[in-house]
Amino acid sequence: MTRPDLIVIGAGPAGMAGATMAAQQGMSVLVLDEQPAPGGQIFRNLGASSTQQRQMLGPDYTAGQMLLDGLAAAPLTLISGAVVWDVDQERTVTYSKDGKAYRVKANYLLLSTGAMERPVPLPGWTLPGVMTAGAAQILMKTSGLLAKDAVLAGSGPLLYLVAVQMLRAGTPPKALVETQTPANYRAVLHHAGGALRGWKALAKGARMLRELRRASAPRYTAARDLAITGDTAASGLRFTAKGQVHHLECATVLLHQGVVPNTQITRALRLDHQWHAGQRCFHPVLSPWGQSSHSQIYVAGDGAAIAGAKAAEHAGQCAAADILRCAGRITAAQRDTLAASAKRNLAGEQALRPFLDALYAPPAAILRPPDAVTVCRCEEVSAGDIRAYARLGCKGPSQTKAFGRAGMGPCQGRTCGLTVTEVLAQATGLSPQDTGYFKIRAPLKPVTLGEVAALHSPAPQQPEGQDP
Amino acid sequence: MFERIGHSATAQVRFTFNGETVIGNAGDSLAAALLAAGHKVFRDTPTTAAPRGPFCMMGSCFDCLVVVDGETVQACQTPAQVGLVVTSPPVPRAQP
Ligand SMILES: Cc1cc2nc3c(=O)[nH]c(=O)nc-3n(C[C@H](O)[C@@H](O)[C@H](O)COP(=O)(O)OP(=O)(O)OC[C@H]3O[C@@H](n4cnc5c(N)ncnc54)[C@H](O)[C@@H]3O)c2cc1C
Ligand code: FES
Repeated sequence: MTRPDLIVIGAGPAGMAGATMAAQQGMSVLVLDEQPAPGGQIFRNLGASSTQQRQMLGPDYTAGQMLLDGLAAAPLTLISGAVVWDVDQERTVTYSKDGKAYRVKANYLLLSTGAMERPVPLPGWTLPGVMTAGAAQILMKTSGLLAKDAVLAGSGPLLYLVAVQMLRAGTPPKALVETQTPANYRAVLHHAGGALRGWKALAKGARMLRELRRASAPRYTAARDLAITGDTAASGLRFTAKGQVHHLECATVLLHQGVVPNTQITRALRLDHQWHAGQRCFHPVLSPWGQSSHSQIYVAGDGAAIAGAKAAEHAGQCAAADILRCAGRITAAQRDTLAASAKRNLAGEQALRPFLDALYAPPAAILRPPDAVTVCRCEEVSAGDIRAYARLGCKGPSQTKAFGRAGMGPCQGRTCGLTVTEVLAQATGLSPQDTGYFKIRAPLKPVTLGEVAALHSPAPQQPEGQDP
Repeated sequence: MFERIGHSATAQVRFTFNGETVIGNAGDSLAAALLAAGHKVFRDTPTTAAPRGPFCMMGSCFDCLVVVDGETVQACQTPAQVGLVVTSPPVPRAQP
């Protein structure tokens, strides 16, 4: 398979479902994923998990087995441990595996690289001992490691899920500090469309909360002015709730404010992107089938806009069906039949989103933090520095580099990008859409000289384990 | 602080971090093994020498940088392997 019909980047629910369908319909498919095994964020390490891990992570986790089985049975090539660091308009994909770089080209690309957690800039968030809730969950999934006496703080379904998973494992969080306010609950009343499913999701949240309450994990709501205390490492979390200042001592603080699309590859490809006011993030502009502004490049899953794991699976199938049509393998009518149930289920999942977006909306102080808060963790640039750039005439993130070093560190703006956009937009009065985002360039991940040199050598460059 | 469950049968992996022996489990990332061993500071930042440890564990924040075999790598994306010599990246001397 020197030139597959389709390369799928990312083996989460979207990539697994899309790749499986395309391969079942006769396309030659190559799936690349940087994790040691398929599963994505939600089903990370599912295939190798222990009974205890499955018990604590619960049915939402083990439900991924069907997708893993489908992928394993499909006639396709999966390369795990493959970090994609360059993708170009000609659909050439460059990745590294075990210190060697490879280049492979396809007629179609399906980008299903998922989401990352929204940055949570607040005082002290750079201290050792402060992690994201998702990071703590990754430690449970991959290593069976549990944070002891940790305080979970923020908002979003994943915050409750991680709390319950910690509880089931016998190490409940020391406290749950929620930033949602009554205004969030009032806002959801406007979303009648997705309301029924929304209330079901809420009921699930409520069940999780009851489980937590039974374990007598203290819960604080409508918390604001969150700050992590400590000199060289976190020693506690301070916040105000119901007019009272609290300080909880703890060495581990787990922050979360929802997830946002990982747009590194779609940005590097210069695909069209759009600001999503409800989700406070950018996402690639797509057709209802997931086709991007480049007709042979598709995007599906939480990398396309946050809609959750079920939606990601259905969106992956919709994209695969339309790729088959675009490639002339099936007609539009056949596509509609092939993807009928996926399309219906996707619409249902998407209808629920505005409800959840409003319910778990991040507080303004997190989106546009006060001057003293570090925004760019790599180069230690504060929100005040960004505002100073704006006063000097900086209009957008692509210009901040002329003023300072925000976004120039090793993470390439992954962690500060959205905050820089929001802070600049607030300072200039422009919309986030007009303010724009950092210019992302390859390599998307650090590569060694050896890896690049090997690319140019005459050695076989096709992925191993492939047909000639 | 982190506590391990259910992995007692897993093979152990011994490596060093800044000269100190660390014993992790096979399948751990370097970051997981270091956290399990009680290391929460992985490095100091080049700009202000502020202590840092892993934040996202999924390869996006680059706060977990360490040096292995002369290469700076993300500890959360690098498997723990027997005999690795892992160090904190050096902090460049402050500009006068
Ligand atoms: C840390 C974290 C934990 C989460 N946990 C849960 C959970 O427990 N339950 C839940 O319902 N939702 C969870 N989510 C939400 C998540 O976004 C799910 O909705 C779902 O996993 C999305 O599926 P996806 O297929 O779009 O992407 P993902 O599942 O995120 O899959 C994307 C895959 O692409 C790979 N990838 C990304 N970039 C590259 C690259 N450059 N090269 C190679 N591979 C790459 C990733 O390693 C990943 O395996 C979590 C999100 C995060 C960020
Ligand atoms: S902890 Fe974020 S990249 Fe490793």
